[in-house]
Amino acid sequence: MNIVVCVKQIPDPAAPQSLEAGSHTLDRSGKLILDDSDAYGVEMALQLAEQAGGGEVTLVSMAPNGETAGLRTALAMGAAKAILVSDDALKGSDALGTAKVLAAAIGRVGADLIIAATESSDGYTGTTPVQVAELLGLPSITFAKSVAIDGGTVKVDRQTEAGYDEVTSPLPAVVTVTAGVVEPRYPSFKGIMAAKSKPIETLSVADLGLDGGQVGAAGGRQVITSVDEAEARNAGEIVVDEGDGAQRIVTFLENLKVI
Amino acid sequence: MSINKIWVVVEPADAGITTTSLELLTKARDLASTVEAVTWGTNTAANAAVIGEYGASTVHDVGDLGSALPGAPVAAAIAGAIAAGNGPDAILIPTSYDGRDIAGRLSARCDLPVLTNITDLVGGDKLSTRHPVFGGTQIVSAEFTGQGPGIFVVRAKSFAAESAGGAAASVAPLSVGDLGNTNASAIVNRHVEERTGPKLDEAEVVVSGGRGLGEKENYALIEQLSKLLNGAAGASRAIVDAGWVPYSHQVGQTGKTVKPTVYLACGISGATQHMVGMKGAKNIIAVNKDQDAPIFSVCDLGIVGDVHKVLPALIEELSKR
Repeated sequence: MNIVVCVKQIPDPAAPQSLEAGSHTLDRSGKLILDDSDAYGVEMALQLAEQAGGGEVTLVSMAPNGETAGLRTALAMGAAKAILVSDDALKGSDALGTAKVLAAAIGRVGADLIIAATESSDGYTGTTPVQVAELLGLPSITFAKSVAIDGGTVKVDRQTEAGYDEVTSPLPAVVTVTAGVVEPRYPSFKGIMAAKSKPIETLSVADLGLDGGQVGAAGGRQVITSVDEAEARNAGEIVVDEGDGAQRIVTFLENLKVI
Repeated sequence: MSINKIWVVVEPADAGITTTSLELLTKARDLASTVEAVTWGTNTAANAAVIGEYGASTVHDVGDLGSALPGAPVAAAIAGAIAAGNGPDAILIPTSYDGRDIAGRLSARCDLPVLTNITDLVGGDKLSTRHPVFGGTQIVSAEFTGQGPGIFVVRAKSFAAESAGGAAASVAPLSVGDLGNTNASAIVNRHVEERTGPKLDEAEVVVSGGRGLGEKENYALIEQLSKLLNGAAGASRAIVDAGWVPYSHQVGQTGKTVKPTVYLACGISGATQHMVGMKGAKNIIAVNKDQDAPIFSVCDLGIVGDVHKVLPALIEELSKR
């Protein structure tokens, strides 16, 4: 059971974020970390590989400046190895350009199952995993709230508006997981030490046989024309609860005729 | 490239079509002279009435998908029309579980870029999109620069749904073509989760809980309160990630967009991820013990206090009524 997990290394969401002048793309020049959303996919993959009684979990990521900090976190959780695609030509890539890169990298590994988050926590386009599936000619099941493998079939409970659907697919397939699908483990000290020597293969766009025009800002064929301040809400009344907090809410609701 | 013809991906629902589909049909009328729909399922003949009422002249019907997920077949059908030169100038798709699948598949199949999380569209020679970023504090405007049709994935509640009083749309079959292995996933069973009270994205009152509740069991306070107010119970991403409540309760960038009359945020700090989903509420009440919490910058009434004291007192007071 060889599983590829697509992981994204993103600017720390807890730190102040900004857009670069000119391109208006997210400033990714600082330290990058493993997207929290991807920890669920890594954990799911590790558990499925363990249950299958063997096989490797391989990480595939695209990031600027040869960034590996987030990959080391996922390797410390237990992934076996990583492929990092890092190339100045990728700067400004959109979701489809990213999918082309990831699909090409996954094609080099060969996977029974490809897992990704439903969307990243920085760009949240939310289409990349399905674009990867289409480029690889594979079936996909998105928004998984549980994932199990039964022989050559993946069984997923997929979130729906009304509840959930049980969906099956033959392998290989692409599955995207929602947060909470499993509880991600914390890397152990032993895991962190072991991760330092796990292999990370770094590839360029040319290594993947992709044409530079398909990726990066040029491949995106979309442009941010302006960035404006949103209309601010007027600040309301802020009061410290002196035992009258609930009553204040009741009065507020009464004035709105909600109660 | 001017925008003359827009296709709207119209999602069938248990009864009729989804509200977001109606919203997109309504907006499409402002943006193009010809609005057509793409839909699937077994009720297209009946749904053609409401699809036409909201402004589409034709509905392209992909037909009964059986047990297949809509992503691959619907995308392939649209891609086939584009390849044959019968496509539109722009395609509007609802942000939904299946809508994002369709958009992703269509984008890769046609080698066309996609713009998602759109909350407004401005017409002209090109469609210009609006996307809230950084918790909705800034609005990015964007447009496509290459060959169309552009693929636009629009968030729920971005536009009002208004009838155009149109006649039923004429139904035209849209063939799927070759799917290879992409259509191999199958729905084997559907589960409807019991829900009492209004839907989260339709409720007039939404009561949401966050990490400040302290522990999973305290979410019962949120459920009690939402019931007393005839509202729906929501959640921040933090407690969904922690496994306290299902993803279906999540309000925010990755979850539902809500625009209720009253939004009551309990123990929610107001991470940017959350704010995008609820900033459009008409009135916002926040209860949080940290007076510097960002949620207080957007609320109409802020109570700096302990949710474990304020909520039980509020429940007691409302229970008397």
